[in-house]
Amino acid sequence: MQIPYEVSARPDTGLYNAKLGIWLFLASEVMLFGGLFSAYVFLRVGADDGYWPHGLLNVPVGTFNTAVLIISSVTVVLAWASLKMRQWFRYKCYMGITIALGILFLVIKLGYEWPQKYVHFGAFIKKDKWSQYEEYLGNKRLAEKGLEPRPEITGHLHEVEINVADADKGELDKVLKRGDFKIAKEEEEGKVLTVEVHSPGAAEDLTKVPGAILNPEEKDPSKWQRKEPGVKIEAFEVQLDEINANPDSPENDRPHFVPRSLSDKVISIKADDVSSWSAFVPKHSSYFAVYFTITGLHGLHVLAGVIVFCYFFFFGEKLYRKNPEHMANRVEVGGLFWHFVDLVWIFVFPIFYLL
Amino acid sequence: MSDHPTPSTAAESHDHGHSHEDIARHVKGYFMVGGALLVCTGLTVALSYVDFDKYIGGHNWNFIVAMILAAFKAGLVAAIFMHLKQEKMTIWKFLLFTAFFCLGLFLLTLLHWVDPISGTTRSHHF
Repeated sequence: MQIPYEVSARPDTGLYNAKLGIWLFLASEVMLFGGLFSAYVFLRVGADDGYWPHGLLNVPVGTFNTAVLIISSVTVVLAWASLKMRQWFRYKCYMGITIALGILFLVIKLGYEWPQKYVHFGAFIKKDKWSQYEEYLGNKRLAEKGLEPRPEITGHLHEVEINVADADKGELDKVLKRGDFKIAKEEEEGKVLTVEVHSPGAAEDLTKVPGAILNPEEKDPSKWQRKEPGVKIEAFEVQLDEINANPDSPENDRPHFVPRSLSDKVISIKADDVSSWSAFVPKHSSYFAVYFTITGLHGLHVLAGVIVFCYFFFFGEKLYRKNPEHMANRVEVGGLFWHFVDLVWIFVFPIFYLL
Repeated sequence: MSDHPTPSTAAESHDHGHSHEDIARHVKGYFMVGGALLVCTGLTVALSYVDFDKYIGGHNWNFIVAMILAAFKAGLVAAIFMHLKQEKMTIWKFLLFTAFFCLGLFLLTLLHWVDPISGTTRSHHF
């Protein structure tokens, strides 16, 4: 069945059908992202002073990715213009560049930016313990200057000291043999271990080791009762970020364009002094939760756009030969979606990276 | 290679307001808008490191400045790249409704100030 008004405008709307369709779809997309942005506002205004992180993202990389999306918006509109001017080769060039830029954006986001967050460690110190960690937090000076407090110590997690007294030894060995752990020190007949870890996620795996079985006489494993938790983390050995190594430096009062660098200083943080700890993943804070949600959904939109453009790039010639105006309209509609994705990023970039 | 399998008819061009010459003229504009967007991005980054609150007084001036720049950039993308400038009223009309409902969505979240759920705001970390 032939869909009507693919090329010429429908008399009552004054638009060809696909254009009306994409604009209605984009209106619904505004509501979708609007809901998430309003969640951002809600979480941010509700966050305690100091608990909305600043300067944790890589601004130069974010700026570069913004430029990538803007340039791709230019090339996609030029691809459409080339079709309108019946320049097929030019269209292929511009569309090819657009696809390459879309893929570059995703590679930077998913292959570089996100993975860096998975290995960065952050520990929020309990408020009544702030004074013990003053030399790493610098809150006295921040209070004197009327600035928000700094409740978190960040850096690279090297080792964790764990108490395995109640752990199921068999289960613990299974985890330790996996290869991403190395026992650095063993004390008190193997009850307290210091284990080298490569990421906060690996440390979390240790805490999931089940406790010793309380009723080993029971034959059915599903009826075993266990001591919980099996492994308790006692302390974290952390190589500090520069900001925590020199918390009183006025340089660290505001975030910088250059991302956080690691210092040489390694300290031990007692687990009992920590209210929560994790990598820079959604559970780290409301900030990262909403960051991963919005940039993840945005990334899916970029992927969708790339797939549609690939279809236009590889399979568009037949339609172009038959009806070039129809092909131009298809690219225009795809382009409208792509510009919308760019438009969302224009807001995402400052609210997460800069403010 | 630049071929013309079936040249667009005058009627089609008229329908969409995009004649060959129009498009050629627009291309230069697209480059200029792209350049303006890149400059605005640089400006957004640079201005985010200026402590406006310190110079002007008050709160959240950096937020306001960044949002004005973002709105300007978004306006450029919508008006020029998405051709909203010369688009039919039909689209403008339902976008107006979308803007209204989206604003309503943002205002709804502010209602939590009127009736806060105890234990969910402030000091919940301790």
